Amino acid sequence: MRVALFIPCFIDQLFPNVGIAMVTVLRRLNVDVYYPQEQTCCGQPAFNTGYWEEARALAARYCEIFAGADAIVSPSASCTAMVRNFYPELLGRATQATAHTYEFAEFLVKKLGVTDVGAKFPARVTYHDACHALRELRLRDEPRQLLRNVKGVELVEMDQAETCCGFGGTFSVKFPMISYAMDEVKVTSIQKTGAQYVVSTDSSCLMQIDGYLRRQNLPIKTISLAEVLAAT
Amino acid sequence: MTTALDQFKYDAAEKTADLRHRAVIQKAIATYDTAVASGRLRFADWQNARSHAAAIKWETINHLDGYLEQFERNVLANGGHLFWAETAADARAHILQLARQHSVEKVVKSKSMTTEEIHLNDALEGAGIHTVETDLGEYICQIRGEPPYHIVTPVMHLTKADIARTFQEKLGTPLTDSAEELTMIARARLRQEFLTADMGITGANFAIADTGMVAITENEGNARLSFSLPRVHVAIVGIEKLIPRFDDLALFWPLLSGSGTGQAITAYSSLIGGPRQERETDGPREFHVVLLDNGRTRLLADAEQRDALHCIRCGACLNVCPIYKNIGGHAYGTTYQGPIGSVITPHLRDAQEWSHLPYASSLCGACTDVCPVRIDLHHHLLHNRRNAVQSKFDGPLQRLMFRVWLATMQSPAAYSLASRLANLALRLGVAQSLLKPWTATRDFPTPPKQSFKDYWRQHGRGA
Repeated sequence: MRVALFIPCFIDQLFPNVGIAMVTVLRRLNVDVYYPQEQTCCGQPAFNTGYWEEARALAARYCEIFAGADAIVSPSASCTAMVRNFYPELLGRATQATAHTYEFAEFLVKKLGVTDVGAKFPARVTYHDACHALRELRLRDEPRQLLRNVKGVELVEMDQAETCCGFGGTFSVKFPMISYAMDEVKVTSIQKTGAQYVVSTDSSCLMQIDGYLRRQNLPIKTISLAEVLAAT
Repeated sequence: MTTALDQFKYDAAEKTADLRHRAVIQKAIATYDTAVASGRLRFADWQNARSHAAAIKWETINHLDGYLEQFERNVLANGGHLFWAETAADARAHILQLARQHSVEKVVKSKSMTTEEIHLNDALEGAGIHTVETDLGEYICQIRGEPPYHIVTPVMHLTKADIARTFQEKLGTPLTDSAEELTMIARARLRQEFLTADMGITGANFAIADTGMVAITENEGNARLSFSLPRVHVAIVGIEKLIPRFDDLALFWPLLSGSGTGQAITAYSSLIGGPRQERETDGPREFHVVLLDNGRTRLLADAEQRDALHCIRCGACLNVCPIYKNIGGHAYGTTYQGPIGSVITPHLRDAQEWSHLPYASSLCGACTDVCPVRIDLHHHLLHNRRNAVQSKFDGPLQRLMFRVWLATMQSPAAYSLASRLANLALRLGVAQSLLKPWTATRDFPTPPKQSFKDYWRQHGRGA
């Protein structure tokens, strides 16, 4: 199986360690990965802002770049949902590439059938359901299964795990006051768990949460699920 | 001039900063959540019930012309009257004319968002007709001079103490912390109004095509008094309220109450099948239905978003919406708040003026998951956004920005150059100000020197 890495633009630029962690875990599981270097952005910012023509051009580009892959794996549920759920609407059809794009945790549990990747991460953590993982890709249990099997992890659920963190891409810039209030609700819920770390599939949510935590000097840290799974 | 967008931003900023306000509505919604969760358990298969309801509504809306005509024939056969109102102005004019024709001096109203939509109270009062809201929540709104805060729960934003203060200020009654006493204050006043009203105006939760009946759902008995005591009953019905068959109520009544309040069925469920018949001793002498379009056929013409007309106005999407929970109902500035309001308002009203509402969403999708008639709400917000861009409501600067962005993303060389520049600017701390709306309250991450692409070039193959 030839597995292509789809590293979204903001992961490439802001959170490369998340991509590297995903590669580490996949190689540990003897998955043969390759990285098409001409990839850039999936087009979601344009799509979500209403620029479907611009997004369509990038959708077509993605399908060409990833045409030969048996599976395409990404450490972002949001970008995966863009490709698998919205490209078919944009392009008028599904393609091999759109149908076989998976979020990382989804790929591990549903495609490889792996729920224990041999990781060790001794910490009290809480899990934030990224909206696109939960409601576009329907991933609720898969990330939690992976987390529970990490040695040393104590998973404490927060009361607002499924509530949006308030990022929403350009939404957070267009309506910062609403986005900030949502961030506040999320962080309050996280604090109540006494967790040291907030874990999520999506680094965009974590950036939103971390931005609040750091501005308020709160001692909680954010970490991607991929990085937890890469830790030994 | 203050635009709807300016006003929205102003109100949203004010409401999100008001922590007491947020606490009040989040507490109210938490109570609702508990009730609805147990309400759904009464369905053997909630998901299947949603699918079935969606299928019935799909059928109805896609053959709405036929069902509306069938409904009209049956209303007329039952001895009622029916008026097709294309616009809000048509509906108001018709109702005022009916009022004049029957020398109406006083109107009692039961809760109806459709009458809010057409601003009926102002029109009636303007014509010198005393108009009284009789639903407790709407009554409180009326004496406060506020629009309903929520399509189901008009005073969700008020506590018992707030209501006691309102009554003290407006009605001169003593302060009390007893909900029962507050209710009795309203009840004592409203009973007199019912007994002396000449016309009762209601909305309709469902209009039943095969019987020509109007179904009304309520918990206070005020709707029943509003349509049975006065001489004339007028029901204002949005054309999307049709259901094909009487038997469909077996699903739609519990579906509405289950999603709206968590009740198995509301305390009062009424069916109005026409005016007082011969040998009957009570009921109105005339029954009038006003079928309201007011932009709904524009939505009907849009095959992509037509399912937004499935809405039964249960309020579930508001209660689950993190935007609604933080800004509240009044900030929207619309008759219909929350996700459904943001989807339909650009269709029902000026598309450009209200084009910001679909953007005021993080697209979290919680609304779509709870909608009892499976309206694809958050995806429709995306469709609305695309429509706004196609209609050039976006502004030249943003359009240019996305053109430049696309050119960058289509070329790996341009992407590489742009990302190096952005990386440098962020590391030097000069780009953060461009992200001001976000960075004003939060810290933006400083990117590492090496991107993933750099990593792969160095270590990718060999590892």
